[in-house]
Amino acid sequence: MSETTAATAPVPLATRVRSYFLRHVQTAVGALGRMTREPMASAMTIAVIGIALALPAALQLLVVNGKAISGSWDSVADVSVYLQQGLSSERVTQLAAELEDWPEVRAVAIIDPGSALEEFSRASGFGEAMTALKDNPLPASLVVTPQSDYTDAESVAGLVEALELVPEADIVQVDTGWVKRFNAILELVRRAVILTAILLALAVVLIVGNTIRLDIQNRRAEIEVTKLVGGSDAFVRRPFLYSGLWFGLAGGLLALALIGTGYLLLRGPVARLAGEYGSGFVLHGADASSALGLFLTGGLLGWAGSWVATTRHLRRIEPS
Amino acid sequence: MIRFQNVYKRYSSGREALSNMTFHIAPGEMVFLTGHSGAGKSTLLKLIALIERPTRGQIAIRGKNITHITRRQIPAHRRAIGMVFQDHKLLLDRSIYDNVALPLIISGVAEREIGRRVRAALDQVGLLGREQRSPDELSQGEQQRVGIARAVVSKPPLLIADEPTGNLDPALSLEIMKLFMRFNSVGVTVVIASHDLGLVERLGHRVIRLGDGRLDQAV
Ligand SMILES: Nc1ncnc2c1ncn2[C@@H]1O[C@H](COP(=O)(O)OP(=O)(O)O)[C@@H](O)[C@H]1O
Ligand SMILES: [Mg+2]
Repeated sequence: MSETTAATAPVPLATRVRSYFLRHVQTAVGALGRMTREPMASAMTIAVIGIALALPAALQLLVVNGKAISGSWDSVADVSVYLQQGLSSERVTQLAAELEDWPEVRAVAIIDPGSALEEFSRASGFGEAMTALKDNPLPASLVVTPQSDYTDAESVAGLVEALELVPEADIVQVDTGWVKRFNAILELVRRAVILTAILLALAVVLIVGNTIRLDIQNRRAEIEVTKLVGGSDAFVRRPFLYSGLWFGLAGGLLALALIGTGYLLLRGPVARLAGEYGSGFVLHGADASSALGLFLTGGLLGWAGSWVATTRHLRRIEPS
Repeated sequence: MIRFQNVYKRYSSGREALSNMTFHIAPGEMVFLTGHSGAGKSTLLKLIALIERPTRGQIAIRGKNITHITRRQIPAHRRAIGMVFQDHKLLLDRSIYDNVALPLIISGVAEREIGRRVRAALDQVGLLGREQRSPDELSQGEQQRVGIARAVVSKPPLLIADEPTGNLDPALSLEIMKLFMRFNSVGVTVVIASHDLGLVERLGHRVIRLGDGRLDQAV
């Protein structure tokens, strides 16, 4: 075995494995101890990592919440079919029943001219003017709700085309324009989140890398002596990798704390706002698995930063 | 144990520190390397420990040609050599125990075994009971003995020392040299670089004399 010196009796494998793990634990704890010995510098590094991780995570939550809002608007996919004037109410009922049999249609609601007028008077504030009219100017209309697997833009367009071919239909209308715009903006934000996340991940790697680089400079003598008495590159590198891992995990924890605080601060106001618009929307926080993901991402990035720094700087320190 | 075959070492500065060195040191020998300052003693020891690489020629240690071994193999090579330095290269922010334990930790020796061996090594250099002190609190001679304890703690077959008594007065120097002789008497090959010719000659071991990077005469 290359790891044992010639004059030393070979250490049994089981002992070696056990002491190897013990060493890892000791090294990890030692790295943690060194962090607490420079509390201000460590806190600064962790704070920067925490903010860098929290930013894209918060934006991501914004997108998740935006999607939830957009998803709650399934009624906007309804298609309104304004029928021609003067159809008998029996014919309207019959037509509704026919349309309900279409495979892509889930439900059809009838809005008779009377209730349409009432609704319009109330909503428009032209109540007086409307009652002055002798004849009801509004046609009957049908509100067609597609099946849930026919709500995408293409299927709705197909449905609109089919409905336009119905002889009794006058105007077929689906007002999804602003939903499309909202979803387009959401998509834009989602891409911005990905870009931001990549840039800030890079920033975390650089921050940790710089911290570790300084640490390596400060411990030059120790590194030299360790190499002199036969410490391998992996052995010399290990405490620095653990430092990077700890910085990253601590940063991840801080990011979670920041996001959690933001959530608690915004939850109430958002619920109140939603209430004012008659919506039951509640703010989504991070679920357990994405929280864990953020924490571990922090650790991974910290480790990566340290890996880069040790790869670049440890080799150059050789005993002379 | 150590074989040099037409070894040259030219530093990147252009200075030829060693020229055409050919010699052999047998297992169990104790050899002093002497010569004026700048003669190439340190360079020769650095070539043995692969701190420097030869420009030309072949070096074999314990029968193994180390001239072309890879970077990755260097740590294992160094673990089989105990090294002592004039400035002893101790870590002053660590306890004496931690300093001496370092080679054992690197080799993956079990914790309990480490304690036993560190105390044995410190006992051999007469410093038992001072494990938890800092090397800072010791005298020059005692610090050098900690350095020796660290060099021998993993029981390497070869011990090399570069001016180990350079900072010590004559009485302490003799004491340190006697310590090396004790290790040699139990079979360890010992190579010591020293410019203290008077002391070296009194001890009566083989002497390799260097002058301007050349072998002056081998005794
Ligand atoms: N790293 C180096 N770069 C350039 N020249 C060196 C280096 N180390 C030693 N030398 C030169 O090599 C020669 C031998 O040095 P050294 O081996 O230290 O001699 P000694 O230990 O016998 O005093 C000297 O002239 C010295 O200046
Ligand atoms: Mg010298």
